[in-house]
Amino acid sequence: MTTRDITLIALFAALTAVMAVFPPIALPILPVPITAQSLGVMLAGGILGAKRGGLAILLLLVLVAIGLPLLSGGRGGLSVFFGPTAGFLLGWLVAAFVIGWLTEKYWDGLSFVSATLICVVGGIGVLYAIGIPGITLMAGVPISKAFMGSVTFIPGDIVKALIAAAVMVTVKKSYPIIGQAA
Amino acid sequence: MLTDLYIPGDSLLHRARPAWKLAILFLYCTALFVVTHPAVLTVGILLVALGYGAAGLSPRDAFTAIRPALFVLVIIFAAQLWLADLTMAIYVTLRLIALLMAAALVTYTTRASEFTEGILALLSRAPAWVPKDKIALAMSLVWRFIPLIRAQFDEVREAQRARGLERNMLALVVPLVVRTLKTADEVAEAITARSLD
Repeated sequence: MTTRDITLIALFAALTAVMAVFPPIALPILPVPITAQSLGVMLAGGILGAKRGGLAILLLLVLVAIGLPLLSGGRGGLSVFFGPTAGFLLGWLVAAFVIGWLTEKYWDGLSFVSATLICVVGGIGVLYAIGIPGITLMAGVPISKAFMGSVTFIPGDIVKALIAAAVMVTVKKSYPIIGQAA
Repeated sequence: MLTDLYIPGDSLLHRARPAWKLAILFLYCTALFVVTHPAVLTVGILLVALGYGAAGLSPRDAFTAIRPALFVLVIIFAAQLWLADLTMAIYVTLRLIALLMAAALVTYTTRASEFTEGILALLSRAPAWVPKDKIALAMSLVWRFIPLIRAQFDEVREAQRARGLERNMLALVVPLVVRTLKTADEVAEAITARSLD
């Protein structure tokens, strides 16, 4: 870990925090507005790679836990880690790591399609695989029902995966970080 | 500037050590999950209410703690009502409310800086393989970076508004990310130039 790595980690933690105040994307077909914050999670992994991306999200979660209202809607403090959706916050950490790991693995031929797939696997597959059992644990709702309740967010997450993939490919061309020695 | 969710006061809860408050919160949470009995939950809710009273916080503060989760709580209540019965629905929902309020109580009575100091104090006693100075550096940098990136985001948004692109997510994110990466290089260079490595 060089000083530059530390700086990148701190900057992406801050970037993901700032994404909480991005104008929400409202799609006419969706009941829930999409907040940009999980886009930050995908970008942390997809631009910084597994280790730095995961650490950036960990740093953000530490700041939230000590009482800064950095999550979308001005949420923050310890209570978000004790609520029904706490699993999704833990899921962010793993999602950023997995997206980073896959991006590093497929870096040489990274295209819009493969980047989208990576974001879907990590940012939706992994995230929901951790978040949904979390709802079950905290609220005693069976996994199948927790899944049904979460499905409404998946279209929004696909939109975010597409945006994240486009950003990842653009940044790879203009300002690559992963290709350099980490 | 960054503000935390701390509500000023001088109660016993405000003055207690953050580590103790965290330990009690985890014990409380474990107790509510391990012993699933209505009596335990009743005592738990009374304890939290007592805590809010002792800290001089109002019921409105307690409600602020639950409000962001209200939507999810209603869904969970409805799901339990449909899957189990009314008693179960009330029990599960109240338990979540008790947890949320207890966790918020710790957040309300502890400054973020107290937690930071606590973490740094723990770090100073950590074994040698822990990269303490790097963790400390990252934690102090991010405090400064959040207002910085917020300002950069406002600039990017204004520039894209002039082009009629302020609703275009890509037009907002790409410049912001590239600027962020450039900032990283500049800051890292500045830190290295001052021989902090």
